[in-house]
Amino acid sequence: MGLIAAELERHGIPTVVIQLLRLVAEKVRPPRALMVPFPHGYPLDTPNDPAKQMAVIEAALELLEDPALEPPALVDFSPEARG
Amino acid sequence: MGDMSEFSLPVRAFIKTYRWRRIDPVPWAPLKKPLSESRVGLVSTAGLTLIGQKPCSKEVKGGDPCYREIPWDTEVSQLVENHRSESWDHTGVEQDMNVAFPLDRMRELLEQGRVGSLAERYLSFMGSVTSPGRMVRDIIPLACDNLLRQEVEAALLVPV
Repeated sequence: MGLIAAELERHGIPTVVIQLLRLVAEKVRPPRALMVPFPHGYPLDTPNDPAKQMAVIEAALELLEDPALEPPALVDFSPEARG
Repeated sequence: MGDMSEFSLPVRAFIKTYRWRRIDPVPWAPLKKPLSESRVGLVSTAGLTLIGQKPCSKEVKGGDPCYREIPWDTEVSQLVENHRSESWDHTGVEQDMNVAFPLDRMRELLEQGRVGSLAERYLSFMGSVTSPGRMVRDIIPLACDNLLRQEVEAALLVPV
């Protein structure tokens, strides 16, 4: 996934990757990644829970909008902080 | 955080010893305009295809790097999950494809005005490509051209 993101970024398309394993993110270094605390198979949290899924997506979109980030930006998702 | 303890010992050992391709230098493209004015694309590695669409092969050694196009207005009930890996729990995706391929959430972002428009076609890879040479050389550039032709201005990438 990081390799796809890198190619898109090289061609001017900003990306944000949902990332399930920190170990992999630190090795591959996607440009912008939201590190989520969910098991594999559940990248956007809970099935049939649109609010929880949207909270993850919103946090990811906010990384795209954050001008202070620098690559590689590996940011933890914290649902508690978002209320 | 997704946790290594989810996996069997052989899978854990693979993840730790696999020669992951390090992106260096790390490229960086900032948004050119607000998301509310931008066209947003979606890329998945959950191995999803439309009913009747040929899935990526589960037999290709090192993983099939192919991708399929999924129109933005597809209903999740029209998707089939074909991912070859048994190292993750498929139950959630079977219950609600949006948990890995958020077709409904993307349409809601559009309805809310959070994004300006959506790509006409999203890209669905299978992932689990352990020999990514051909993927990097041939397929990812095709996928990139695909999104550029669709004038995608930001992309959300969701693994599984």
